[in-house]
Amino acid sequence: MSTHVIEAKGLTKRYGAVPVVDGIDLTVEEGEVLGLLGPNGAGKTTTILMLLGLTETSGGTVRVLDKDPAREPLAVKRDVGYLPDSVGFYDNLSGRENLRYTARLGGLTTAEADRKIDTALARVRLSDVADRRVATYSHGMRRRLGLAELLMRDSRIAVLDEPTSGLDPQSTSELLDLIRSFSQDGITVLVSSHLLDIVQSICSRVALFNKGRIGFVGTVEELAGKVGDGAFHIEVTAENIDVAETAKRIDGVSDIRPAGKDSWRITASRDIRAELAKRLVERGGSLTNIDARHVSLGEAYNLFFKEARHEA
Amino acid sequence: MKREGSPLKGVMTIALKEAADHMTSARMHLIMLLVLLTAAGAVYAAIDQIKATTSEDPFLFLKLFTVAREPLPSFASFMGFLLPLVAIALGFDGVNGEYGRRTMSRILAQPIYRDAVLFGKFLGSMLVIGIALLTLWLLMFGLGILLLGLPPSGGDMARSLAYLAATLVYTGVWLALALAFSTLIRAPATSALAALSVWLIFSIFWSMISPFVASALSPVDPYDPVSIVHAYETGLAVARISPATLYGEVATMLLDPSSRAVGPVFMSQMQGALVGAPLPTLQSILIVWPQISGLFAGMMLLFTGAYFVFQRQEVRA
Repeated sequence: MSTHVIEAKGLTKRYGAVPVVDGIDLTVEEGEVLGLLGPNGAGKTTTILMLLGLTETSGGTVRVLDKDPAREPLAVKRDVGYLPDSVGFYDNLSGRENLRYTARLGGLTTAEADRKIDTALARVRLSDVADRRVATYSHGMRRRLGLAELLMRDSRIAVLDEPTSGLDPQSTSELLDLIRSFSQDGITVLVSSHLLDIVQSICSRVALFNKGRIGFVGTVEELAGKVGDGAFHIEVTAENIDVAETAKRIDGVSDIRPAGKDSWRITASRDIRAELAKRLVERGGSLTNIDARHVSLGEAYNLFFKEARHEA
Repeated sequence: MKREGSPLKGVMTIALKEAADHMTSARMHLIMLLVLLTAAGAVYAAIDQIKATTSEDPFLFLKLFTVAREPLPSFASFMGFLLPLVAIALGFDGVNGEYGRRTMSRILAQPIYRDAVLFGKFLGSMLVIGIALLTLWLLMFGLGILLLGLPPSGGDMARSLAYLAATLVYTGVWLALALAFSTLIRAPATSALAALSVWLIFSIFWSMISPFVASALSPVDPYDPVSIVHAYETGLAVARISPATLYGEVATMLLDPSSRAVGPVFMSQMQGALVGAPLPTLQSILIVWPQISGLFAGMMLLFTGAYFVFQRQEVRA
């Protein structure tokens, strides 16, 4: 069988005449962690719902594990676990009872379910509170209970919609650790988020959503490369010397502009740091700082959407 | 285009969970307490009345259901009035409550069809109502045996069981209505109010409104006696739009063996009839069969409406 566990072609969803998802092509490889990133309302959740067959498509095709979610929803849902945005549980039942209910819906026998529930709860570290009512659970515990449900069901694909939204930093990193361990177990993970910095550590690839389209699919490094203009940005601080005069003579420098007292920002087509430093020192300048300014991932993300806005 | 797997997979799981939730909910306890208290009051008053007017009656037990002593109405009319309230209490947040708790998308992501959720909700609530009605029925008989000192006859049993079944269908109409509102309206408080308004209109105001509607539809011509019959029949038809009217007719017919008809009867039709003689049980059921079918159809119609809307509903608000 193919290693593409999810294949979407020209996926479209319209509400009335307004396209919410507008012709998306997406392929997910087995075992990878794919981040679906984009601002709120970019069509991430709608795409997820279409992949799961929970919303009808207006156009395009989806294959999940070589099945059509609209035609064979039970088979698809059996293998795909979904953790919805701000997941809810029955507050009057305990965590364990909530899982037992979904286990029965999934067709597990009682003995099998109890065994799997125990293992899953231990893995998400909820064993101690498993018999407390969910009403007493914190946000983070509810999310972990949601992950336990996916583990209990032996999902091959885990689709997590905004799993970290509204969590404190410690719960977030706990949750990310768990998600990372999912992919180590060979579960394919789809994570949607509007926060690149949070999911970048766990994603092998990201897909950037904007206004119902995917603008970019690839690794985070490829994203940084794509968004940058390919030029080198260097910051130099040196005293007792005219940096601009020196830098001008170096081959490849395209722009020099002052950036505060004794500081300069230089744009070049290649890494000229070593050469510039050597010349500055040779000419008697006291070099205090020379630094290549990388485009951070957060900036890349913002830059990407800024560019997308300009194009629109 | 055939769907894979059964749409009923998981129905019983959901139904049993719903039933368990209802059984343990404070809402259900309160409303059942109300029903039990009024039922006990009605029966106690009826027994007093029956004791005061002891006569030869082959269906003495059925009098427990129908005899009223001022100022209390009879058990049957209490049921007609209060059971919709029970059904609405069980159903008004059936679907929108799941959205509100944010459990709907998680449940629908399980390997079941949507059909199972609505079927399960309906069945679960019907199960609870069935258990409650059966308990009430048994309590009635227990009280009757204790206080009247008489065992119920076979006819009593047959008729009251038929009445029990009809009552279940009648409650089902209101449950389907409440579920339909909970599907259409996102806020549980609004859907509860909507269902309660319909209940108030049909149980209290409908009997006041229907004569006006009827007289507008078929006015009485003082020079044409047949127009009086037409007006009466139109009035009856309008009144029968309310499930409470239909249920009232069913209750009268099943619990009072001597009643012969639910509509107007001409003198010529009464020829040879032994007035006051009881009808066989099956004949009584036959007379109100259209009413029972009507109630059943109403239940199905409302449920289908809810089903239709729910199947197409977006998982996300």
